[in-house]
Amino acid sequence: MNDYLSGLGSLVERYDVLGAFWTNIQLTFWGALIALVLGTVLALMRISPIASLRWVGATYVNILRNTPLTIIMTFMVMGVWTALQLQLADTFESNFFRLAVVGLAVYHAAFVCESIRSGVNTVPLGQAEAARAIGLSFLPAARLIILPQAFRGAIAPLGNTLIALLKNSTVAAAASVSWETASTMKTMIEFNPNYLWGIFAMFALGYVILVIPIGVLTTWLSQRLAVQR
Amino acid sequence: MDQSTPTTGQPAADETVDAPTSDRVLGAPLVELNHVNKHFGELHVLQDIDLTVHKGEVLVVIGPSGSGKSTLCRAINRLETIDDGSIAVDGKTLPEEGKALAQLRAEVGMVFQSFNLFAHKTVLDNVTLGPRKVRGMSKKDAEELARTLLDRVGVGNQAGKMPAQLSGGQQQRVAIARALAMQPKVMLFDEPTSALDPEMVNEVLDVMVALAEEGMTMIVVTHEMGFARKAAHRVVFMADGQIVEEAPPEEFFTAPKSERARDFLSKILTH
Repeated sequence: MNDYLSGLGSLVERYDVLGAFWTNIQLTFWGALIALVLGTVLALMRISPIASLRWVGATYVNILRNTPLTIIMTFMVMGVWTALQLQLADTFESNFFRLAVVGLAVYHAAFVCESIRSGVNTVPLGQAEAARAIGLSFLPAARLIILPQAFRGAIAPLGNTLIALLKNSTVAAAASVSWETASTMKTMIEFNPNYLWGIFAMFALGYVILVIPIGVLTTWLSQRLAVQR
Repeated sequence: MDQSTPTTGQPAADETVDAPTSDRVLGAPLVELNHVNKHFGELHVLQDIDLTVHKGEVLVVIGPSGSGKSTLCRAINRLETIDDGSIAVDGKTLPEEGKALAQLRAEVGMVFQSFNLFAHKTVLDNVTLGPRKVRGMSKKDAEELARTLLDRVGVGNQAGKMPAQLSGGQQQRVAIARALAMQPKVMLFDEPTSALDPEMVNEVLDVMVALAEEGMTMIVVTHEMGFARKAAHRVVFMADGQIVEEAPPEEFFTAPKSERARDFLSKILTH
C-alpha cells in the first residue's frame, strides 16, 4: 500500500500534475472572465428595445449553446489557426492556450447570457418602469438598476456555469493544450497502467476539491446578496 | 355620505363648495391629449380621448377597474404606447423613443401603485439617482436636495435604510420624494394608495394634499373621494375607455350627470 502511494507520489512529480491543474485553473479564469463580459453584452442585446440586436443575441446563443465544445475547440485550431492563420501569441504553447481560452469563452458566454437573463427575470418590471420614469434611457437604466439586481439573482446559475466551465476546460486538449489535466492523465495511464485506478481517483478527486468550494461560495453569496423586496 | 370616505378631517359637504376651478386662475395648458386611441388586442382601452390639464391644476381620474384610467396615466409618460392621436407635455409632443423621450420623462414625475423603489439602493440613493445621473447634479447638491425632500414628506430619518425595511406608506412617500427630486412640471399618480394598508393611506394623501396646495400640477388616478374633494379642481370619470363625465368634485359627487357615474358612485359609497 505504502509502495503504491509513494509510486503514485513520484508520478505526480514526474508528470507535473499540479502544473496540469494550474493550467486548467488558468484556462477557467480567463475563459470565465471573457465569457462574463461577452455574456453580459449578449444579455443586454437580448433585452434591448432594438429588434435586430435581440435577434443577433438570440442567434448567437442558439448556435453556440447547441454546438459541442469539442467541435468549437477543434475549429479554433483547425479553422482559426491553421486555415485562417490567426496567431494569438508568438510561442506555440501560449498560442494554443489562448485559442483554447477563446473557444471556452465564446461557448460559455451563451450560458452566461442565459444565466443573466434568468436573473433579469427576477427583477420586477416596475423597477425598469421607475428607472425610465425618472428619465434614464435603456443603457443607464440597465447599468444602474436592472443589471445590479439581475446579477444578484443570477449568482447561482452563474456558479453552475463556472463549475461547468472548469470541468469543460479539459476539452482544451482538443485545442492542442496537451499539458492540461485530461491529456496529462491519459499519458500517465498509458505509460503506467499498473497505477490506473490511483491516477483516475487522483484526478477525479482534484476536480471535486476544486468544484466544491465554488458551489458553497455561490450558494452563500446568492443568499447574502439577495435583493430584499 | 361623505363621512364614509376614509380621508382625514374632512369638512362637511356644504363647507367645501369653494369650487376650486371657478375661483382659481389656471395657467396655460400643460398636458394635452388629442384623439388618443389605444388597443390591447381586441380591447379598445382608450377611445378617442381628449383631455387638457392646465398648469397648477389638480385632476382626479376616477372610474371602475378596467376603464382605462391607469393606461391613460401611464400613456402620458409613454410607459404605454398609444396607437394614434397625440400627447403633448408643455407644448412638446411625446417623442417615440430615445434621448428626447428620456428627457421628457424626466420632467414628468410618476408615482406607482406598487411604489417601485429601487430595491438594491438606500432611500437616499433612490432620491439622488435621478438628479445625479439624469441632471448631472453633484453628489453633495443631490444629497442636500434629497434630504430636504425626504424631510418634507416626513421620512428624513429613514435616509440610510433599504426600501424593504420601510412600511408601505413610507415607501410611497419616498417614491414621491424621488419623483419631486427631478423638479417635474407635472406629477402623475397611478393609484398611489391602492396597495397600502388602510392606516397608511392618510400619511400619503397628506403629502399629496400639501403638494396640491403648493400649486403642483397633478393627475391622480384614485378612488379616494376625500382627496378628490379636498384637493382636486376637476374630476374626470372614465368608463370603458371613454371619458364619460368631467366636473368639479363637489358637483360630480353630489350630482353626477351620467347614469354610468351614478351607478359607479352608488356602488362605492353605499358601504
